[in-house]
Amino acid sequence: MAFLIIDRRLNGKHKSAVNRQRFLRRYRKHIREAVADSIKQRSITDMERGDSISIPRRDVSEPTFHHGKGGRQTRIFPGNKEFKTGDHIQRPDGGGGGGGGGPGDPSDSAEGMDDFVFELTQEEFLEFMFEGLELPNLVKKQLVHTTSYSRVKGGYTKDGIPARLNVVQSLRSAHARRIALGGKTRKKIKALEAELKELEKQALNDRDNGLKETSEQRIAEIKTELARLKKRLAGIPFLDDFDLKYNNVVEIPKPSTSAVMFCLMDVSGSMTQDIKDMAKRFFILLYMFLKRNYQKIEVVFIRHHTNASEVDEETFFYSRETGGTLVSSALKLMDEIIRERYPEDSWNIYAAQASDGDNWADDSPACRDLLINKVLPKVQYYTYVEITPRDHQALWYAYEDVIKRFPDSFAMQQIESLEDIYPVFHRLFEKKATP
Amino acid sequence: MSQTKTNASKKNNYIAEGSEWTFDNLKRYEEEISRIAEGYRLDTYPNQIEVISAEQMMDAYSSTGMPVGYHHWSFGKQFLNTEQGYKRGKMGLAYELVINSNPCIAYLMEENTLTTQALVIAHACFGHNSFFKGNYLFKTWTDASAIVDYLLFAKRYIAQCEERHGVEEVEALLDSCHALMNYGVDRYHRPTPISFEKEQQRQQEREAYLQTQVNDLWRTIPKKKAEIEEKKPRFPSEPQENILYFIEKNAPLLEPWQREVVRIVRKIAQYFYPQKQTKVMNEGWATFWHYTILNTLYDEGLVNEGFMLEFLQSHTGVIYQPDFDSPYFSGINPYTLGFAIFSDLRRICEQPTEEDRQFFPDIAGSNWLDTLHEAMRDFKDESFILQFLSPKVIRDLKLFAVLDDDKNRDIEITAIHDEQGYRYVRELLADQYNLSKQEPNIQIYSVDLSGDRSITLHHTQHNRIPLHANDAREVVKHLHHLWQFDVHLHSIQDDEITSSIVCSDNDLKIITPEHENKDEEDPTSTAP
Repeated sequence: MAFLIIDRRLNGKHKSAVNRQRFLRRYRKHIREAVADSIKQRSITDMERGDSISIPRRDVSEPTFHHGKGGRQTRIFPGNKEFKTGDHIQRPDGGGGGGGGGPGDPSDSAEGMDDFVFELTQEEFLEFMFEGLELPNLVKKQLVHTTSYSRVKGGYTKDGIPARLNVVQSLRSAHARRIALGGKTRKKIKALEAELKELEKQALNDRDNGLKETSEQRIAEIKTELARLKKRLAGIPFLDDFDLKYNNVVEIPKPSTSAVMFCLMDVSGSMTQDIKDMAKRFFILLYMFLKRNYQKIEVVFIRHHTNASEVDEETFFYSRETGGTLVSSALKLMDEIIRERYPEDSWNIYAAQASDGDNWADDSPACRDLLINKVLPKVQYYTYVEITPRDHQALWYAYEDVIKRFPDSFAMQQIESLEDIYPVFHRLFEKKATP
Repeated sequence: MSQTKTNASKKNNYIAEGSEWTFDNLKRYEEEISRIAEGYRLDTYPNQIEVISAEQMMDAYSSTGMPVGYHHWSFGKQFLNTEQGYKRGKMGLAYELVINSNPCIAYLMEENTLTTQALVIAHACFGHNSFFKGNYLFKTWTDASAIVDYLLFAKRYIAQCEERHGVEEVEALLDSCHALMNYGVDRYHRPTPISFEKEQQRQQEREAYLQTQVNDLWRTIPKKKAEIEEKKPRFPSEPQENILYFIEKNAPLLEPWQREVVRIVRKIAQYFYPQKQTKVMNEGWATFWHYTILNTLYDEGLVNEGFMLEFLQSHTGVIYQPDFDSPYFSGINPYTLGFAIFSDLRRICEQPTEEDRQFFPDIAGSNWLDTLHEAMRDFKDESFILQFLSPKVIRDLKLFAVLDDDKNRDIEITAIHDEQGYRYVRELLADQYNLSKQEPNIQIYSVDLSGDRSITLHHTQHNRIPLHANDAREVVKHLHHLWQFDVHLHSIQDDEITSSIVCSDNDLKIITPEHENKDEEDPTSTAP
């Protein structure tokens, strides 16, 4: 018997991906609501995973004609224990056990069932999460040194590497060349052949009539000429170097958009680990959001107390410092870094600052001036979140002046507890009605 | 069947040991199983085993088990459902999936142990496969060699339609067709098998021709008045049960490509129809054979006790039947019922009792292999149960009948597994697998040709059992989407209309006989 074992494990396994996408698209509205709910409930414990989403089963059901409850129905069940023929028993509620439920009786499967639950991947989850948000002032800046190219097909060329040889085009042009070069000769051959035929016919006639053949010489002449012409025709090469055509590939420079994100955080004594955690979550959210908009993104961590320094991520979030707070030191450092490494004409610059609001009283006006004069003209968007359940401090009031000057590229919000992070984020990046 | 003989005297002759499978092992098991199956006269299509991963199994699951299929959100829903169940450990995946095609394709999961793979090979590659090849329904109704080709054609055609007419429009059309899929089946004449190329060519011819054929509805050549009054034949002259077929041929406003899509859904429904009608037999047959074949392997000393213990554990799981009052109960397990009937059939042939001689005079004591093959070949679930459900199986499963009449206050036990009950239980259980009784009997009754072109369907009620109202309403909307003129659906019991659903362009009415018109403004729209 014919028998075949095939290993298909290496074949693609996402055959259902399209169908899955179709489903998600169809229930977009439901899913978006569920995602929003989920975010509220989970208060963004970690964003690195997807979540299970539930939709009322009624909404995803596919209707068919089938029987409902009622009428006179008889069913067979297995596993009788104490029943005898003729017993009357009470109708059980809601089917399932004794009376209603069973195979092929979908009447109670359509109603009162659990929600339809499924998992969204992180990618999909984020997509729904960030739906309706946008990066303000998104200007694609052209990098001076375009590093990336995309390769596009661009017709055919006469020279290239053998791998790109286009057989069809090459043969087509060879064919055209053969027609063009041989055209004249072929025409002559045709004419001569016709003449030859005529002469031979005549010669035959003459012979039949006993006349002397007059055209012998001409026939011989034509024959040699024909042989010569045919040889010439055969001499035309089938394929010439000249015919070869290669697929052409053109490189088109891609306008690369890259962004840098500045994270500024106060690490003075008043910032507890809790507050830092909240700040971290906010930064992560922003980072993920930016990553969806830009292919290339760099992150600069600046922490400060009375002194600002650029640090790596680990140090940024977890090392403790003590001492007072001078926010302006961080702004100054940021300005320097921008000037040195991220010229604003080739980088999209975003900045997020998190703090508990404490600052030396005299420093706040300095911060305001720094922002207005140096920083904000260069950045795309600057967000400030104040993580404190208490009243606003001097820094907040100083920043209110900044808002007045740069209403489009500066925003600030207050976060009181974990639950606020997503709503605040949402508010900061909400799609604004286009004016 | 005898199984637990120890073969202590024999030298170790095992095909393989350990639980990890390799391709060589599979091959050797297949050879042995094939030899034994031949001894039992199992006639099969050539086998093609494909080893796949769990993810691929989920993919296969959600495309109704077929290797190719067109795209539709409902398959995505199925996939998400399966994935969720599997990932949470709520549900194991099937060990195997088998496609009625020639060659017969069986999917084996790589996670299976060697024992499971052997079980699956016996179950799918020989059990199901021989059923597909032998059973009369499959023989007359489906063409195993053409199905994969046809699905390929369907997939490409629908993808083309999506390109031309947009995903949304095709999706809405498919939704409507799927809702009526159970009514897209030809119960009487057999579809002719044709290949992909021929199908494609015919489709183009059909497209051109069909549009000229709808015109019975549009015919405007005036007739003499007398002629009209003389006879006004009902159209269609006979009620039509294949609703999708009727729509494909007669819906006035559908475009050619839409007709073709209707046809594709109809064809696929037709392909699956025999499977729906032989669930118990098919699974019972396959289970009976994996059980018999693996026991033979053991008797021949080709597998060891460990293998048998593992096998019996899976086997017991497969044929487990929860009682009606168990929380796991979800109807009668077709594996259990089918396996019980086939096994008992063998017993009746080999060791008949007095009772068997009384119930099965022709079969008792006959050649069991002949009898089983005949049972497999010439029956479907309904007739199979009616013919072969023995009193012993009824006793073993403790089957009983419950009458639930909405006119009574309580429900009644009308029969149990005793002398008086056997025949009644058997009849009722057979009925329970009669698709034409399980699915509401709905047929196209007439089309108002000269008037508003509305279509009228009759639901012939049996025992006053109503339609599931909410779903019926949704389906009628889908029907309206296809027909595009008014749709009337009357439920009829004893020549009296008990309720009606009327769907017109922008509203849907449910009319009960008391004439209390409930106007509804589409509270639940079908497509979000």
